[in-house]
Amino acid sequence: MALSEQEILAGLGEIVEEIVGTEPSDVTPEKSFVDDLDIDSLSMVEIAVAAQDKFGVEIPDDQLKDLKTVQDVINFIQK
Amino acid sequence: MFKVPSAPGGAAILSFGEYQPSQVVTNADLEARVDTTDEWIQSRVGIRERRIAGPEDTVASMAVAAGGKALAASGLSPEDIDLVIVATCTVQDQIPNTAATVATRLGIVAPGAFDLNAACAGFVYALGLASDSVRVGSARNVLVIGSEKLSDWVDWEDRSTCVIFADGAGAAVVSASEDHGIGPVVWGSSGDRADKIYLREGKYLYQEGQAVFRWTTTELYKVALEALERAGVEPSELTAFVPHQANLRIVESIARKLGAPQALVARDIVTAGNTSSASVPLALSRMIERGELPSGSTVLTLGFGAGLVYAAQVIRIP
Repeated sequence: MALSEQEILAGLGEIVEEIVGTEPSDVTPEKSFVDDLDIDSLSMVEIAVAAQDKFGVEIPDDQLKDLKTVQDVINFIQK
Repeated sequence: MFKVPSAPGGAAILSFGEYQPSQVVTNADLEARVDTTDEWIQSRVGIRERRIAGPEDTVASMAVAAGGKALAASGLSPEDIDLVIVATCTVQDQIPNTAATVATRLGIVAPGAFDLNAACAGFVYALGLASDSVRVGSARNVLVIGSEKLSDWVDWEDRSTCVIFADGAGAAVVSASEDHGIGPVVWGSSGDRADKIYLREGKYLYQEGQAVFRWTTTELYKVALEALERAGVEPSELTAFVPHQANLRIVESIARKLGAPQALVARDIVTAGNTSSASVPLALSRMIERGELPSGSTVLTLGFGAGLVYAAQVIRIP
């Protein structure tokens, strides 16, 4: 069962809120995790782990560094 | 069949001791040295200041200082000690070993003496061995020390590591006891991830921060919970959780997963930095000095580090 882009975006919004307290509505596809959402490299690992639990898709550390925006993560999970 | 010693059966910790170098290095001091900020260091690793060894401080001298304090606090005489274990992964000279020299400087005559390298988990491994040695009668009283001079193995131009590591030593005396004051040690390793923490160019500590963070925050709470289960202790019975002081965010993440919200969580890293195998006994010793761990309280320890290796056990505070 493939998740829609909207479902993944909503799920990522919940994850980001849980980890760094950002409003889910601020988590939009074009946002950069580092520059716009103020998420550091360790919080990115927490997001990857939470995303794996939620969506069942593993994001390895060596690929994590290439996922700059929310859209990048959505694409990775949909792939 | 051979004869074996009659064993007392139980082992417990009699005392702790610690030593920190006098030189305080603050985040502001590091800002002047590498491209970093106090805010970055505090938010990423949780450290405000750390102690760095002076020229007079060696792994052996710090071990003697911490071990001497633990010995004095135990009420035992040097001649009562028959085994000395020094956990260290940062000693410069591998030969001769450090433990024998430390024992002699403390006036302990002809004990069993060896060094143990389980990286940042070294003290927890050593405590497990000390407890088992006493319980089966291989030793009566054991001096267990973690002593590390990480500053010798840090690239002071590398802002990702020089802000983390520090120096110091902690020690405990383990003796026979009518009951069990040290729970079973749960230990293990993952050599397939040996490349996550190693010496770059054979001389500078290097770690893959994200990989280490993922490992520690997703897997190690299970080791800690297993140590509780094997000792028959409920998370709700814990007075404190004292994990290796690697990074405050790792410490707090593991603590949240234990189901022990009442337990005090060691945050010694804030003022001591990451001192590898010294961090657990250093934190315990300082928490006891501040009156945070009453005699008889139950504490969960957890060590983890390069190898990768890990170990956990429950202890009773003397």
